[in-house]
Formats: sequence, C-alpha cells, structure tokens
Amino acid sequence: MKKIFSLFLNLIGLGIFSLLAQENTENNSGQITGNFQTDAQYYIEDQSIGAIAVKEYTLVNSWANFIYSNQNFSAGFRYEGYMNTLLGYPNSGGINDGIGIPFRWAMFSKDNIEITVGNFYEQFGNGLVLRSYEEKMLGIDNALDGFRIKYQLYKGINLTGLIAKQRYYWNHGPGIIRGFDGAIQINEVFQSLEESSLRLNIGGSFVSKFQHEDHPLYNLPDNVAAMAGRIMIKYKNFDINSEYAYKINDPSLDNSYIFKPGQALLINTSYAKKGLGIVLATKWVDNMAFRNDRNASLTDLNINQLPEITKNHIYVLPAFYPYATQPNGEWGAKAEIMYKIPKNTLLGGKYGTNISLNYSRAHDIKRTQINDSTPVFPPASGTYGYNTKFFSIGNKLYFQDINVEISKKWSKKVLSNFSYVYLIYNYDVLRGITGHGNVYAHIGIADMTYKFENSTALKTEFQHMYTKQDEGSWVLGMIEYSLPGWFFTVFDNWNYGNLDSKKHYYSIGFGHVSGGTRIQLSYGKQRAGVMCIGGVCRNVPASNGISVSISSTF
Amino acid sequence: MNKIILSLSLAILALSVFAQDVPSVQLKDLNGKTVNTKSIINNNGKPVLISFFATWCKPCIKELNAFNENYDEWKEETGVKIIAISTDNSRSSNSVGPFVKSKGWEFDVYLDENGDFKRAMNVGEVPHTFLLDGKGKIVWQHKTYLDGDENKTFDAIKKVAKGQPIK
Repeated sequence: MKKIFSLFLNLIGLGIFSLLAQENTENNSGQITGNFQTDAQYYIEDQSIGAIAVKEYTLVNSWANFIYSNQNFSAGFRYEGYMNTLLGYPNSGGINDGIGIPFRWAMFSKDNIEITVGNFYEQFGNGLVLRSYEEKMLGIDNALDGFRIKYQLYKGINLTGLIAKQRYYWNHGPGIIRGFDGAIQINEVFQSLEESSLRLNIGGSFVSKFQHEDHPLYNLPDNVAAMAGRIMIKYKNFDINSEYAYKINDPSLDNSYIFKPGQALLINTSYAKKGLGIVLATKWVDNMAFRNDRNASLTDLNINQLPEITKNHIYVLPAFYPYATQPNGEWGAKAEIMYKIPKNTLLGGKYGTNISLNYSRAHDIKRTQINDSTPVFPPASGTYGYNTKFFSIGNKLYFQDINVEISKKWSKKVLSNFSYVYLIYNYDVLRGITGHGNVYAHIGIADMTYKFENSTALKTEFQHMYTKQDEGSWVLGMIEYSLPGWFFTVFDNWNYGNLDSKKHYYSIGFGHVSGGTRIQLSYGKQRAGVMCIGGVCRNVPASNGISVSISSTF
Repeated sequence: MNKIILSLSLAILALSVFAQDVPSVQLKDLNGKTVNTKSIINNNGKPVLISFFATWCKPCIKELNAFNENYDEWKEETGVKIIAISTDNSRSSNSVGPFVKSKGWEFDVYLDENGDFKRAMNVGEVPHTFLLDGKGKIVWQHKTYLDGDENKTFDAIKKVAKGQPIK
C-alpha cells in the first residue's frame, strides 16, 4: 500500500515537473519554497581547554521551512529537530531537545487587509514594547502564536492588532499578549506633501500581557500594560528617530519583584550625504525587562527587545567582550562618523578610502533610596525599589568602545581593512558575577585580500589583543584561500598572555557553495565565551571536535 | 514511511525548481516610507538583482562594493537594477542610511528590520543574492560571497538579459 502511495506521489511529482518544464510556466497551482539547515558537531574531550565530550558523541540542530503561496494566500511551517541540542544553546534540563513542528501559519491578504493565523513574528517601532523574532544561531525564537490583523486604514495609515501566546521551546509561555500599533506616514496621507523635503512619521503602540497572579506574598498585577510613542523627522540630509516607552509596575524575577514602573528612551539622529555619514544616538533604560512569564530568565520569553547602540563587532578578538543591554537600568550614547576620502586624491588613491570612527559608552543610571531603611541594591522585593530621575546618569561605567576602521582598495587585486579598537568592559555587570573587575583591551586588526586571476583569492587576517585582565593577551592568524565555489581556511588563536597556560585554539576547514546551497566542514577548538548576533548574545562552552554545517534554499 | 517522505520531497522539489515569484512583503525605504516588494522589483522587463546584507557583515560589504564598482558597466550592458535589502535590526537599522551614503553606493537600499522579507525568501544567513528575470521570476540565486564571485553573478545577469538559460 505504501509503495503504491509513494509511486502515486512520484507520478504527481513527475507530472508537475513536466507541466512546469513547458515553455509557459504560468499556472494557478501556486509555488512551494523553503530552506533547510543542519549543524552537527562531534565532540572530543580536551581537558586543556575545558572541552567536554557528550554521551551522544554527536549533537545535531536542524530545521526546514516550507512556504506555500498562491496569489493572496500563503501558508507554511517549520519542522525542527534537536537530537540532541548542540552545546551552548539554551537547553536547560534538555527542554529544547526533541523534534516537531513548533511553527506553522497561514496568511491571507486582500485589498487593505492582511490576516495571519498561527505563528508569526512582529515588531512595533524599535521593539521597546514588542519584538518577536528568531535568531537560530543563538537558539532564540520567541515567535507569537495566535491571530494578527494588519489593516491599511488610508494611504499612509497602517494599523496592526494581535492577540497571541508565545513560543517557549516546544510549548507556550503562560501569558497572553495583546498588542496594537498605529503608524502614520504624514507625507503619504497628504498628497501635497508627497515630494516635500520634510518627512514626518509618527506611531504609537500599546501592549498588554495577562498572566495569572500567583505570588504567595505580593499582590501582583494580572495585567501589565506597556506603551510607546515614536516619531521620525527627516529634513534633507538630517534625520531624527526617537521612541519613548513606559511600562506599568511589573514585579518580576528580572527586577527582584519591585513595584516601580519602567521607562525607556531611544534617540537616533543622523546626517548623511554622498561620502559622509554621521550618527549620534543615546538611550536611557529603567526597569524595562518585559516577559511573557514574570519568572522567566536568560533569553526566554522576552516580549520586547531593547537594542544596544554600541558597535556590533564581527572580528573575533573585539567580539570577546560584547556589550549587552542592561534592562534594569542603563544610559548609553554613541557617535559615529563614516567618511569616504574621494578617489584620485592623495589619501584616497585610485579607488577612495573609507574611514569610520566610532565611540560608545554605557553607564548605570542614578538611583536613590526610597527611604532610609530600604537599600537601593539589592532591590528590596515587594517595595517600590528605588527612585531615579528621568535620564539620570550614574557613576558606574558599564562599557566603552573607541574604534577606528580604515578600508582601502589598493588596486584591482589588493584590498585591505585595518582596525584599532579600545574596549573597557565591566565584567562583573555584563557577566553577572562579582570580583572580576573591568577589562581594558587594545585590539589591532589587519585584514588583507589578494585577488588572483580566475576569481581565486587569498585572504589573511592578523589580530592582536593586548590586555592585562581576564585571560591576558591574544594573537590570532587566519588564512583563507578561495576559488569559485570553494574555500579553505586555517586559523589559530593563541592565548600567549595567559600565565596559567598558553593555549592554542586552532581550526581548519573547507566549504563548498553552489547556488543556494552551502556545505562546510571543519575541525578545531573553540574558546568558551560569548557569541553574539545582531546584539543578542549567548554563552558558548569550550569545545573541540568536528563540525558540519549544511544549508540550502530552494 | 521514508519512501513517502522522499516522494513528498520530490513532489515539492518539482514544484519549486522552476522560476518562483517574489513574495509580497512590506519594507521601508531610507526615507522611512513603506514600500511593497512587488513595486520595487519592476525594471521594465530587464533583470533585477536582490542582495540581502547587514552593515556588520564583512563579506556582504565586499560584495556590494564590488557590485557598486561594476554597476555602471552592468547597467549599460544588461539594464540590470540592483536592490540591496538591509537585515539590520533596530540596533543598527538607524545607521543604514548614513552607512550606505558614506560608501557611495548607487543602488536602492531598503530596510527589512524584523526579517519578514528575509524569511519569505527563505534566506538563512547573509549575504544571499537572487536574480530575477524580466518577468520578475527568480531564476538564479547565490549564497555567501567569496572574492571574485561578482564575475559569476555578472555572467548570470548577462544570460538572463539575453533570455538564455543559466547553467
């Protein structure tokens, strides 16, 4: 019976195949697209770096998306499997292990309305009160599961309403999220302003979370409301983008169950013209952690996301000490200048030279006692917690980053990128421990590419970090040789400044790329540390072993 | 059971190997205006190249620099239009405009802040580039960027512009 069924399916497949192979592929049967990724690692114990082996020998994370679409209708699902979850991904007590379809949805859109049923991702404004998203490489997926309606009321006026539960590994978090967002693009609404050099967008959001009050001691709110207002003004080359958010009292594990309301402010300004970009940004956050479950922690069940404004370093050594937003309270500022020295000048050379300067700093906020008997820290559960003035800046430094990057193309064959980074990293606050103190690190990077004939190239990377704190200084060398469709890499990261043991973390690997498919195989050692993508981080343990990664889009 | 899954996969593959449409998704342009993907891919019957990138992604910047250097020549020869889609989230999305201007990139750049278009196009990691023929059908794609890959991309554009099959 099964054989007949599979033969039948094959015939259907062939039928569709031949149908589509005809000259005119127009049809009403819709289309199916998707992608697939699998990441596997075979673990080898290595006591010298603290790497462990696992009972399974090999751990594998995989998933595949399928999307069917036909005119105004689309539907899809994601099949995921963690057998078992790779080390370093959120998986407390094996909660992430298993297989299933945690993500499935259907969407219909017509005229001015779009309706989604099932799982979806959503962001209101900058995400200060609501951001549901996924970052597979970090094991983050706080997808919503429910109903969403998007409606265009009038040209330039867009409304979004949603009610949903939220994904918690293979289950849902306990809370219900209700959200509404309205966005008005003034220049669209009034036709006379369409070509105006002054552009104005405004928006507002309201999010409410319901979770049964269950605390034995305190009378906690069942419903927690958060709201935000935003504005974007653009005039010629200038741009201001700002959002303010407020959340009613929301005692939680994050804030030690205090009854203080939360606030956040984000201001981004910029100036841009051809060859020059300047960005100034600041933010202030007080008690703005917002989760589906008041008792959740780590990367679980976040309803909002408070974006960092510090530079997102991609080179290995500066990424050792990444900043992460402190939702309980922080002030931050950033200044960035990006400039292209024009072509055919002394410093610009034949192709122009790109220079970027970036400075950012983050501090604590200033907190005062609510009365003589209540300490500010640790916050006293069941009280208001502490007082703070809006936009107050505390003395404690959380983070500072000064960096300069120069990228230059010397000829058709030689490209280079040089960087210098100076970081001050408050290890205690950012890693949630005490007694470690600040890390001060100077990092220099030289990244060179030599292109040969026939699209082959040699890329070399040299990085050095000087620091007296933490594990001491490091030096890193990397060579990558590529030819069409193939790449080979050799890499060593040497912790020569570590007085206890001067460890090498080396790896070798190669990969093949063909169209939408990429296969990579590597062997090597990975340092324990923090891995970040797009501003969100996870701790990764030291590991030693063979890794295979395959991804494909179809 | 395995055979059934295999057969199903074959059926799905058969449905998907041929030219696909670009899904309809809302993006923002660098002036903060909402635009639909269907409207930005119109190029009067000429090919369109869509490249997903992020300001923090080094290979992406290299690839787009290479595209930009060749853009005039490519446009003249094939009429191709290049569209770059920033997948920067709100940490860096506000810097995309100044970043792009400072690089002097000549092509249009759009923001896909929460990854809606990225997901609809089944993009995992950036860079990821898609080539559309004159009818707006996806006929070629390429993941990652290795130095010199732009030559391969241009070969594909030329074939599509001439109405020849790729491969």
